[in-house]
Amino acid sequence: MRAYALVAFVVALLVAAAPAAATPSPSDLEAEFVCPTCKTTLDQSDSPIARRMKQMIRSSLAEGKTEKQIRDELVAQFGPAVVAEPPKKGFDLLAWLVPLGILAAGAVGVGAIAWGWRRRRADEPPPAPLDPALERRVDAELERFDP
Amino acid sequence: MSSDTRPGRVQRIAQLAALIGVAALLALLIWKVAFGRTTGAADELAEGKLVHAPAFTLDRLDRNGQLAVADLRGKAVVVNFWASWCIPCRDEAPVLQKTYERYRDQGLVVLGVDVNDFRQDARRFMKRYGLSYPVVYDGKGSTVGKWGVRGFPETFFVDRTGKLVGERIEGAVDIERNRDAFQRGVALALGNTS
Repeated sequence: MRAYALVAFVVALLVAAAPAAATPSPSDLEAEFVCPTCKTTLDQSDSPIARRMKQMIRSSLAEGKTEKQIRDELVAQFGPAVVAEPPKKGFDLLAWLVPLGILAAGAVGVGAIAWGWRRRRADEPPPAPLDPALERRVDAELERFDP
Repeated sequence: MSSDTRPGRVQRIAQLAALIGVAALLALLIWKVAFGRTTGAADELAEGKLVHAPAFTLDRLDRNGQLAVADLRGKAVVVNFWASWCIPCRDEAPVLQKTYERYRDQGLVVLGVDVNDFRQDARRFMKRYGLSYPVVYDGKGSTVGKWGVRGFPETFFVDRTGKLVGERIEGAVDIERNRDAFQRGVALALGNTS
């Protein structure tokens, strides 16, 4: 019985949290769009057009419009460059792939260098054994420091 | 002999690749600085060069359809870049409307280019100031670079052959500091140079 109550409580919590997660806040959206005159995100800009765009976002959210609807409307007015994040298709996909490619190439490079060092160390002849007389002398010297 | 070992070769190849990468980035930077700067028509006009009005075809806000600069060949054109959120644009709107009404019969067209704006805001502005001249919509600001527009409002004059004449006016037209330049621009566009 207690288990059923717990499950019901968790489901109720999830249901209550779901709309909050689906509806972004105005400040979330302001960070996703770029002011067309100053080229910074709306949350960083106080230009007249940025203020107007923020007002449009707030009123659109109040009307119950989704993030996609707001995005489509802004893109229709100001073009795709109004979206801060580059699109993940066509030529713009390079903006996502190139940094990943550079990171991968760097990792491969570091790995290759580390492998080279390891190989070189393995190829080196083992150190010559210590001269027995010298070893005895070192032991004698170290004994002087024993308490 | 030891320098030809495989790890040594790998290290040299990695160093060479890094050097090539740095050199390529440096070459890109030099190319961008040397050749990447695109000068707008306004800069060329200021240098005294003969400049044709940069082409564009945009949606009209005053009616349905599109309008191209080339459609106005044979007319004198005052091209005004503006936006509804721009304060000085409000001051000059009545002046531009009056200029259009005064010289329309002589073949002058005022062409408004609404930039980085909401369509509905622009239409509201046009209605509020009673603008009857053609206005096109450039929400993306695609004309800004080609024309060399630095701010709003900005006004250019195009003669009947499509060449830019007079000087570019930055800020609202027909105020104390640019009244002469505005009148001279209109006269040059109309071909009244006497």
